[in-house]
Amino acid sequence: MSMSENKAWKPKIVAFCCNWCSYAGADLAGSSRLSYPADVKIIRVPCSCRVNPLFILRAFQRGADGVILCGCHPGDCHYTSGNYYARRRMTLLFSMLDYLGIEKGRTRVEWVSAAEGAKFAATMNDFAKTIGELGENKKLGDLRCKE
Amino acid sequence: MQKIGVFVCWCGSNIAATVDVERVAEAVKSEPGVVYSTNYQYMCSENGQAMIRNAIKEYGLNGVVICSCSPRMHEATFRKTAMAAGLNPYMVEIANIREQCSWIHKDMQEGTEKAIILARAAIAKVLKNAPLTAGTSPVTKRALVVGGGIAGIQTALDVADAGYEVDIVEKSPTIGGRMAQLDKTFPTLDCAACILTPKMVDAAQNEKIDILSYSELESVSGFVGNFTVKIRKKARYVDETKCTGCGVCTEKCPSRKGLNEFNMGLNTRGAIYIPFAQAIPNVAVIDKTQCLHFRTGKCGLCEKNCSAGAIKFDQEDEILERQYGAIILATGFKPIDASAFDEYAYCQSKDVVTSLEFERIMNAAGPTKGKLVRPSDGKHPHEIVFIQCVGSRCSADAVKGKQYCSKICCMYTAKHAMLVREKYPDVNVHVFYIDARTPGKNFDEFYRRAVEQYDVDYIKGMVGKVEVEGDHLRVQGSDLIANEQVVIQADMVVLATAIEPDPTARSLGTMLTASMDTNDFFTEAHPKLRPVESPTAGVFLSGACQGPKDIPETVAQAGAAASKVIGLLSKDHLVTNPCVAHSDELLCNGCSQCENVCPYGAISYVEKEVRGPEVRAVKRIAVVNEAVCQGCGACTVTCPSGAMDLKGFSNNQIMAEVDAICR
Amino acid sequence: MSNKVTREDILRISGVDPRKCMKCGKCSGTCPAYEEMDYHPHEFVSMVLKGQIDRLMQSKSIYKCLSCFACLERCPRNVEPAKLIEAVRLAVIRQQGMNHMTENDVPALLDAEMPQQAIVSAMRKYKK
Repeated sequence: MSMSENKAWKPKIVAFCCNWCSYAGADLAGSSRLSYPADVKIIRVPCSCRVNPLFILRAFQRGADGVILCGCHPGDCHYTSGNYYARRRMTLLFSMLDYLGIEKGRTRVEWVSAAEGAKFAATMNDFAKTIGELGENKKLGDLRCKE
Repeated sequence: MQKIGVFVCWCGSNIAATVDVERVAEAVKSEPGVVYSTNYQYMCSENGQAMIRNAIKEYGLNGVVICSCSPRMHEATFRKTAMAAGLNPYMVEIANIREQCSWIHKDMQEGTEKAIILARAAIAKVLKNAPLTAGTSPVTKRALVVGGGIAGIQTALDVADAGYEVDIVEKSPTIGGRMAQLDKTFPTLDCAACILTPKMVDAAQNEKIDILSYSELESVSGFVGNFTVKIRKKARYVDETKCTGCGVCTEKCPSRKGLNEFNMGLNTRGAIYIPFAQAIPNVAVIDKTQCLHFRTGKCGLCEKNCSAGAIKFDQEDEILERQYGAIILATGFKPIDASAFDEYAYCQSKDVVTSLEFERIMNAAGPTKGKLVRPSDGKHPHEIVFIQCVGSRCSADAVKGKQYCSKICCMYTAKHAMLVREKYPDVNVHVFYIDARTPGKNFDEFYRRAVEQYDVDYIKGMVGKVEVEGDHLRVQGSDLIANEQVVIQADMVVLATAIEPDPTARSLGTMLTASMDTNDFFTEAHPKLRPVESPTAGVFLSGACQGPKDIPETVAQAGAAASKVIGLLSKDHLVTNPCVAHSDELLCNGCSQCENVCPYGAISYVEKEVRGPEVRAVKRIAVVNEAVCQGCGACTVTCPSGAMDLKGFSNNQIMAEVDAICR
Repeated sequence: MSNKVTREDILRISGVDPRKCMKCGKCSGTCPAYEEMDYHPHEFVSMVLKGQIDRLMQSKSIYKCLSCFACLERCPRNVEPAKLIEAVRLAVIRQQGMNHMTENDVPALLDAEMPQQAIVSAMRKYKK
């Protein structure tokens, strides 16, 4: 991390992964021993379409520096069409976040299949690098919620 | 009062090498609700599970967090453990500290800190968990097979053999399908009718099987175990119960213009007809578009000549409604329309035929009684050119054709070539091929026999064009091995046209929400491990509707589909996944958004009296059918009033995880 | 400017991806100028893929191709061999900065059936 003046800062990255593809992809990255930063914490959801924009806003409110949503590749959704819903919802949400001053780089949607352990690790490395470069997220920090 | 127990697994050294498990167990002790925490070498072992069971009893735990491997690995195991100790299995959460922590990090400090956060997230989630109970739904012990070809017949026979009732719905007037049209079958050259018709008779005589020919699906509702299907039994204008199949009417009918579908339109039939001699049911049917009675109001010769009094001009379509536990799709294939490939002069010359047409020409029961003659002038041909891969293996950006290999063409062309040379040694046979694809038992041997024993001229290359020249066909192609262009003056050209799913498959797929690929083949639930099931529960796939197949593969898949159906029908009740959506009737405003996004049609609306604090009104509210809901959660996000939530992955649970991670 | 023409040059000029070819030979089966050619349409595809551009640039095939596009029209894989031939022809012209023959060569090639229009356009073309 190049933030020498702020050594205490460690990025907080939340990754929402659908149970059928991306969570399995993350497991595969693990069983293939492909490392990515420990800053990434995964939340399992049944499908990428389960991710309410509210969850992402909440994460930023609570001090997350980046949020990434991973789902099955278009056409491969376990529930036929869930990832299409997710894609549309996130497109809207991300442009709104951008408007609120949360840089576009802090949010991302990626398609990772259960066979793409390497892609999962590479995606997380790349995302963590982007967040590292963007630095700490100070917007939306809801002080009332901080302990 | 929540009492959470946390169990940290070492997984031998898999976790313990990079995560300080004792520190994790110690750190979570101060988390709200945690009353007990421990660590052990192998939580999934019998000893480890005993530890969990004892702790649940001893400390009265009402929530359990296991910090171990992926929930995809052992979630089911630990849920069973909890259940054995009297705890609701859905009060167990897993923190994945192996695949997503110890295995990807090398630094002990880093790994331990992350593991603690993951454990906290799981604790935060389990605090919001509610006990869930899996519901059950009854199973109607009757199966529906759509399509009466060899795939459908075999599936029906196998299901009936296990003692369950089966209905076969076939859209054409007889069962038998494509296989009934074939002459001989590769690689054994036994006659298709000789092996198929006994099976057709078996199906007809089996008291468990009801054949609904000349019928189509009208609508499907319900879900696995409980389908309600409306079937349209099209009017055949002949009383099935009276017709004896004597065939007098078909001879007396003065109309002779209807193209004979069974013979691929190579000859004509009467307006009243029986598709072929061994048709089942052996009952005549009237083609309304050709019948003089329907067109002019006159004639009625069939009625006059029918000694059984079976002709019923006033018959109408009938809608049957039946209940099924399982539906098997066996809708099969059809050859593509060769007219798009006009470089082969298919539309310009009658002597350019498709392989299925050639099959009818060679068939002893076909329009020429099995005599090989040119369709144009009835003369005996001397040079025949077979062209392979017509419409198969085309690129996605090509204007026509299919991307896939149709799989069966190499073999049936070798068969045709061999049959011609066997019966008519004076006929020269040329086969233009790109690759001879012969993976299968005795397939390559068969193809080599065509070349070595029957002197079939296999030319590696493709035909560029076929031109009509007088009463010949000028076939110009390339011979890639000789590196020359060859021209053959042929008498007949046979096109090995690609096969595609039957056009009725698309509407069926929509009706059943059974997913299809870009080519309209039904997709299987898993390409390797669940090849005969559709992703839609209770819908099964049999035969070429899932992808190109030859007869043995079709029969094998038909049997596999039947065994899956039998497994389903043998259950009295199905246990449903309790992690389903449910709507809070006080919050629901009846907007229908959730109904629109649900990919399973699991949500419907009812008028219901809603009672709550200061509320008492009749409202239109969403109701989730828990047996149909698969728990994707699309509705929960789309719901504008926040009424819809997903059990097991509720808004509060996920938010609690977010909070714990960002703390 | 005698830079060697590479495979990449031909691919860029033509916009063709010869890897799509499944080697069925339909292009050569359909080509009306086949007998006149030393390298045939299907050979163009595989030779470009192998990078044997020099040999193709020296072949007479590039002037025998009628640009009738029958190969392109009928290719099941949409490889478009005619565009490759055209690209090689263009590469030759670009390198030479001129045509493969002069106006003086034209009269010897004339015959009685040659349309007037063809003669005029040949003179125009090769005079440059």
